[in-house]
Amino acid sequence: MFAPSAIAEISQETLALSKRLFLQLKRRPSTLVAGILQPLIWLVLFGALFAKAPMGLFPGGGSYGKFLGAGVIVFTAFSAALNAGLPVMFDREFGFLNRLLVAPLRSRYSIVLASVLYITSLSLVQSLAIMAAAWGLGYGWPGGAGLLVVIGTLLLLVAAVTALSLALAFALPGHIELIAVIFVANLPLLFASTALAPISYMPGWLGWLAALNPLTFAIEPIRAAYLGQFAFDAVVLEAPYGALTAAQCLLLLLVLSAGLFLSIRPLLDRKLS
Amino acid sequence: MINLEQIYKRYGSVSALEGLSLEVPKGCLYGLLGPNGAGKTTALRILCTLLAPDQGRVFIAGLDALADPRGARAQLGYVAQEVAIDKILTGRELLELQGSLYHLSAARSRDRIAALSALLGMEEWLDRRCGSYSGGMRRRLDLACGLLHDPAVLVLDEPTVGLDIESRAALWDVLQQLRQQGTTILLSSHYLEEVDALADRLAILDRGCVIAEGTPEQLKQQLGGDRITLRVREFASQQEAQRVQQIIQGLLGVSQVLINRAQGHAINFVLEAQGSEALLQLRQQLEHAQVPVFSLAQSRPSLDDVYLQATGRTLMDAELAAISSRDSKAEKKQAMR
Repeated sequence: MFAPSAIAEISQETLALSKRLFLQLKRRPSTLVAGILQPLIWLVLFGALFAKAPMGLFPGGGSYGKFLGAGVIVFTAFSAALNAGLPVMFDREFGFLNRLLVAPLRSRYSIVLASVLYITSLSLVQSLAIMAAAWGLGYGWPGGAGLLVVIGTLLLLVAAVTALSLALAFALPGHIELIAVIFVANLPLLFASTALAPISYMPGWLGWLAALNPLTFAIEPIRAAYLGQFAFDAVVLEAPYGALTAAQCLLLLLVLSAGLFLSIRPLLDRKLS
Repeated sequence: MINLEQIYKRYGSVSALEGLSLEVPKGCLYGLLGPNGAGKTTALRILCTLLAPDQGRVFIAGLDALADPRGARAQLGYVAQEVAIDKILTGRELLELQGSLYHLSAARSRDRIAALSALLGMEEWLDRRCGSYSGGMRRRLDLACGLLHDPAVLVLDEPTVGLDIESRAALWDVLQQLRQQGTTILLSSHYLEEVDALADRLAILDRGCVIAEGTPEQLKQQLGGDRITLRVREFASQQEAQRVQQIIQGLLGVSQVLINRAQGHAINFVLEAQGSEALLQLRQQLEHAQVPVFSLAQSRPSLDDVYLQATGRTLMDAELAAISSRDSKAEKKQAMR
């Protein structure tokens, strides 16, 4: 599709643009730190809240902490990706984007690609930190193959959420509106998923919501990996509409993120042309 | 080198450009003069491919900028009015980023940064974060960004607004050097003296179209006779000025009698004859008509007179009118993608 020189130019642009984002992060690490602290607090407080729940009350037979771990890991990656649009929004507002748009970029998707690279690495680092913290709290570790499942699942979720956040960053009028949407979306999506409790504990309507929530599709394969029960054809979710295997959950995430990237393309084309 | 042909642009119900045409020859330092709101920024944004015109054609270095925007962008250096820099990066890092966006090799980028930081006197603070820069330093960094890829055409939008006199003189100096090296430069300004001092040619913009075009000398010559500014007192009232205006309109060899509100209701008019003889005759006529004289100044036409002649108001009046009718929120929206 592209000549070799085009690929070289696109990677030069993308690398330079992501380098800028990483330099910002290095010199202003509060995003990184806050993105680890918040889920860490969830992990510690929520873990403690139900620490005395009888063993075996939660699926998998472990303590509540073991159950909770997968939920908080997914929540960490999700929150990081939800913020993907903020740097882009600030560039729009401060006019820095115009500086990029007057340059003869080989492809303006370099701007999007740099954001995706940056957010993906940031959310992975944060998730790994939370995984380490969960291990320190005695909530387990998925092991080598399990780690691959966790990372693969997180990548799919992060891709979908990043696409959504970037679309919002180009569609909304300013950062106030973007932050409002992030704020409103964040916690309800967490509560209406299987991060904190299994579907069997929920009233019917909430169970339906949780079973349709993309976060659940990421949480359950990871939870299975943590319990050492991961297999592509193993049922990981007993949804009201039927049982889902790990492979089905991952496929749903893949379709979701591909669908989101395809559906925001017209918006990005319009804003970047 | 730059050709804008019959450009029209509307923002909602507001018309910003109404058939603007502009031709900038190669190697020329070209001034775009006009009050705020005349359409200068819109014209430059269209030229730099940031904005699509509703109608019209744009050529840069022979390239059709609407059909081949990327080709046109490579020929252009653009220094915007609102300086957007990343406060967290150092000046050098910003320039390196800029170099990558224009696909310079690392070595070429390094050489250009060294050359420009010497030219613009930035060595001392280039490795400090941009957030700590003064207004003058920011503007110089922005100019360096515009010049990094050694563009054939440099476009500057109001480059000296808010600059101290020293920085402004330094900037003028650099622009003149660049012109000598063959760079085509287009700059917008609402400062008469800036355009008069720098530009080889200029176009005066008002309400979205060009109302006068030529070299500063030509434009002034076309106006003919000497300009007279008469003050009957330091700050005259409007009634008094109107009374005197009528008297002067009746005098011989006098035309275009206007009241200049920006100068305390002074009377501006044109004396068809030139020189001290004509002035003496004028004084006698004024005495005869019993017009009080606080001051009487005679000068060759200035660019402000060119503007006054074409629009019936001074640049400063137009500027003041524009400021009070500006909608900064709408403007910000226009600038945002």
